[in-house]
Amino acid sequence: MILVLVETDATGAVEVSREAITFARDLAAAGGGVPVDAVVVGEVASGIEALVEQLGTYGVRAVHHVAGDAFAAFAGAAWASAVQSVRDVTKSVVVAAAGTPRGGEVLAHLAARAGVAMAANVVSFEGLSPFVVTRQVVGGSVLEQMQLDERPAVFTVAGHAVEAVPAATRVEASLVESRPEVAEADLVARVVSAEAPAPDLSGNLKSARVVVGAGRGAGSSDGFADLLELAELVGGSLGVSRVVTSLGWRPHHEQVGQTGSRISPDLYIPCGISGAIQHWAGCSSAKNILAINTDPDAPMVTKATHAVIGDLHEVVPAINAEIRRRRS
Amino acid sequence: MADVLVCVKRVVDSSGEVVLTEDGQSVDGRYAGFTVSNHEECAVELAVQVAAATGGSASVVTLGDADAVEQLRTALAVGCTAATHVEADGSRFGPADVAREIAAVVRDHAAAGAGHDLVLLGNDAADSGDFQVGIRLAYELGWPVVNGVATVSVEDGTVLASGDGPDGHETYRVPLPAVVTILEGGVEPRYPTVPGRMKAKKVAIEQRSPSAEPAGPKRVRLLLPPPQPSDVQILGKGADAAPAVVDLLERLGVLAR
Ligand SMILES: Cc1cc2nc3c(=O)[nH]c(=O)nc-3n(C[C@H](O)[C@H](O)[C@H](O)COP(=O)(O)OP(=O)(O)OC[C@H]3O[C@@H](n4cnc5c(N)ncnc54)[C@H](O)[C@@H]3O)c2cc1C
Ligand SMILES: Nc1ncnc2c1ncn2[C@@H]1O[C@H](COP(=O)(O)O)[C@@H](O)[C@H]1O
Repeated sequence: MILVLVETDATGAVEVSREAITFARDLAAAGGGVPVDAVVVGEVASGIEALVEQLGTYGVRAVHHVAGDAFAAFAGAAWASAVQSVRDVTKSVVVAAAGTPRGGEVLAHLAARAGVAMAANVVSFEGLSPFVVTRQVVGGSVLEQMQLDERPAVFTVAGHAVEAVPAATRVEASLVESRPEVAEADLVARVVSAEAPAPDLSGNLKSARVVVGAGRGAGSSDGFADLLELAELVGGSLGVSRVVTSLGWRPHHEQVGQTGSRISPDLYIPCGISGAIQHWAGCSSAKNILAINTDPDAPMVTKATHAVIGDLHEVVPAINAEIRRRRS
Repeated sequence: MADVLVCVKRVVDSSGEVVLTEDGQSVDGRYAGFTVSNHEECAVELAVQVAAATGGSASVVTLGDADAVEQLRTALAVGCTAATHVEADGSRFGPADVAREIAAVVRDHAAAGAGHDLVLLGNDAADSGDFQVGIRLAYELGWPVVNGVATVSVEDGTVLASGDGPDGHETYRVPLPAVVTILEGGVEPRYPTVPGRMKAKKVAIEQRSPSAEPAGPKRVRLLLPPPQPSDVQILGKGADAAPAVVDLLERLGVLAR
């Protein structure tokens, strides 16, 4: 059996968790049709029944819901103990999760506790015996084939490496509730306070027909005025690289890529974005890409359909002026 | 007073073109140069800040070949005052091996009366990207671990650590000793000054050998993704390209209101 740790938000299973289930289903099919189960830890904002229903459409056989006061606040070790208890009951030979910060953290705990290896950011599997996976290393510019010969085989699936697709036939998934004991030691490192996140406005970004992208080339948090104006002029949304969110220039819900949103607009206009594989994972399904970059050899330029070579702080205001001129 | 140990890994600078060694087992650094990850640079900065704020100390450790001393000297130049070099061929060490070796250093330092209250690591290494050495280290030591935060401070025998997560800006408060892994973005790493570099040269580095034979990474081989043919159409250079861009926008029908 294959067990997938599923993360949820107000809408149910998050997209990257549904991708991990899709990956697990392909793996299960290659292994002769072994079942895929899901484990969810803590409160489910969308309601557990709705989640079970949703995961059934992804072919999940059973949803193991581990709940209780111990999981009210996030603690990596406690979550891992929850996953471990489900893995022990189900005797799963594979435990997978999405390559999110939470997914990677919980599975690293699990691997350490079980004394097995963990492969992070897997994009595909090569063979079952031996079980060999391919994963992203060196910031995505290199792939590593790694052998997972211990059981359980533990890995995370890189965000947007596969598309989340419902199963051909819907399954009537069952719900298994459990409330395992959690050791005091597993609760020592837990979140003691959380300031509510900025409202998640990524829905606009995901559905936009045009997305104006901004990367390190924006220069600073003050470097976005022209880019926002362009987004407004084309009736689109702003999307940014991880550098931009890490540096605190823009909020995380604007991030495009493996650990951000996946977009598929008619036109994507990445400005000052190099086009690292993790960014590309989020924008590769754009129909047209117009890259604006000072470096003609940047991967984003070579992968784009169209490009302008130049400083975005000169090119973008000129485009805005030209649009305004033609409109007046 | 907090004595902090920070873990850095010498990695090939992969900002340019990446070349693999002939055996497909590692990235060839002969032409590219070497560095540590941004996460680790921030971890070093935080270690130095915590040491200064508590009147404690910041030490640095690496496991790597003889040349990895360069990365230790850089950390010494920005405020670490002691360094430990576990000299070994790092490519033969998997994440569990590295965690065990760092744990051995921590235990031996404690036995020698120079223990550490807090160990900082990067969230993930820039080359192997295993996302796990810090967590495995915590299990080796039996210490709590906080993963992927941007800032840390120490007060009254506890470490306060915070960063952005799915529940918003999250804070952890954990009793020392503890392990914390750092994501870049919470602090601006300082750059080594010339006097800093001079001072770093004079520090005697503790040299060690690995405590055990490594089990090794589970690597079969490394591969480069196949190159993609480019059929990009260059619309022009600089501001002069604006009319061609707006022509394209009109053609794609994205300007219509
Ligand atoms: C596990 C993991 C997950 C990740 N997830 C994501 C993700 O979800 N999304 C994401 O984006 N990244 C992600 N990354 C990071 C990714 O690897 C890159 O580091 C990041 O995308 C680079 O951002 P950037 O293009 O803005 O910056 P850089 O790579 O620094 O590129 C800046 C670009 O701007 C150009 N430039 C500079 N100045 C100007 C100017 N004035 N005008 C025009 N062009 C200019 C430069 O030529 C360069 O091409 C992830 C990394 C890892 C390891
Ligand atoms: N060889 C090493 N020497 C010292 N620290 C290391 C080494 N390898 C990994 N680390 C630390 O562990 C962190 C996570 O690495 P990884 O789990 O391999 O992605 C890195 O950011 C470093 O802080």
